[in-house]
Amino acid sequence: MIIVGEKINTSRKSIAEAVEQRDANYIVKIAREQAEAGAHYIDVNAGTFLEQETECLCWLVETVQSALDLPLCLDSPNPHALAEAMKCHKGEPIINSISLEAERLQSLLPVVTSQPCQVVALCMAEMSMPTTVEDRVQVGGELINRLTAAGIPLEKIYIDPLVQPVSVDTRMGIATLGAIERIMNDFPGVNTICGLSNISFGLPARRLINRNFLSLCLSRGLSAVILDPTDKELMATLLTVEMILNRDEYCENFITAYQTGRISDRQ
Amino acid sequence: MSDLKALSEAVIKGDINAATTETQKALDSGNNAQEILDEGLITAMDEVGARFSRGLLFVPQMLRSAKTMQECMKVLEPFFQEGDVTSKGKVIIGTVKGDLHDIGKNLVSMMMEGAGFSMVDLGVDVSPERFVQKVQETKPDIVAMSALLSTTMPSMRMTMDALKQAGVRSKIKVMIGGAPVTDKYAQEIGADCYAPDAGSAVTKAKEILGVS
Repeated sequence: MIIVGEKINTSRKSIAEAVEQRDANYIVKIAREQAEAGAHYIDVNAGTFLEQETECLCWLVETVQSALDLPLCLDSPNPHALAEAMKCHKGEPIINSISLEAERLQSLLPVVTSQPCQVVALCMAEMSMPTTVEDRVQVGGELINRLTAAGIPLEKIYIDPLVQPVSVDTRMGIATLGAIERIMNDFPGVNTICGLSNISFGLPARRLINRNFLSLCLSRGLSAVILDPTDKELMATLLTVEMILNRDEYCENFITAYQTGRISDRQ
Repeated sequence: MSDLKALSEAVIKGDINAATTETQKALDSGNNAQEILDEGLITAMDEVGARFSRGLLFVPQMLRSAKTMQECMKVLEPFFQEGDVTSKGKVIIGTVKGDLHDIGKNLVSMMMEGAGFSMVDLGVDVSPERFVQKVQETKPDIVAMSALLSTTMPSMRMTMDALKQAGVRSKIKVMIGGAPVTDKYAQEIGADCYAPDAGSAVTKAKEILGVS
């Protein structure tokens, strides 16, 4: 299971302020907390800075990598920001994200083939968001074809089936779950990834919804996830479900987490 | 004449059966359709919006109330004469160019319709030119723009510029919203207001038009 830590995103007020003031200590602290909690990649997103996005994103990349020996997930729909951030990144980043929207695909394909990287591909095509399982599998399949044709191996592709709120349409949860299962079956070797929190938009007790949704996604084969690894209940769910699904040999991760106090079942 | 309180309560609860029965009862006992709309349905939806903004009820409940109101409107429709219904104002709404997200926009549109505005929904990925064209065609009171991505927020500014260039800016009010949008951004691009959610969109729209 690949865990991408989502917290360094300027849509969060404290992160925006830290970027504004170039407060490297704070950014490193948030990155380190996520790494220690189990993140394999640290997501960086400076989208709210609009015209200064590229500059801020590069600063985030350099700041985090100056302190931590971890690859990052470069998060922007903006091809220019991604191209520049990739140049200052050490190692192999995840590029988050490309989609089947013609303009975005055309401008990002040269970027993601310019140096070794992994790619998140959103199941989003021109004109509309997907609603059914079928929509998602069709767009996901087309993205896989386009990316592999451009030379990106299947194992480096992360299909994001897109998560939409059950508050608006109660069929949205099973649409994403069905898509995860179909994509993992139809394209062996590919990864699926999603963010969780969209599922609970418009509802109360969102963390409860998010972590239960995570366990359902895992049971359908989700292989990577963007989340807050410092959310203890969420990580406890992940560890437990992974073990039950035979993805934790000798239950090692689960037991270690218990013994180091990261999980418990005390009330 | 019957008390419309039971109708309002049924709409707030989202109880379609009870609400349509109450609507019919109100008609049978001599209330006119406009009265039922204003005091039974719109009052209820105002309350739903207010409770939603305060976090006392949630999106599925809001959708359910809106659906209930729509069903009541079907009962009332035959009783309205042409041009009978007084609208709070005409609103053109759309998600801006480059952006395909419609959930927030649809919630706003639905709540504004429930509050008595007449809505013209242009859908998603709406170019500045299309906003201008529709303003010229339909002469709305308000243009409402939505963006969910920080990368598509600049389309809001472009639309503002296009409205100015076409000479229609002064004839309309502009409101904007969406996850990355802020009050500050609304001021920067010269929009008349920013609304953080579907409930406040209704309140703000009434404020900028000076209607109740």
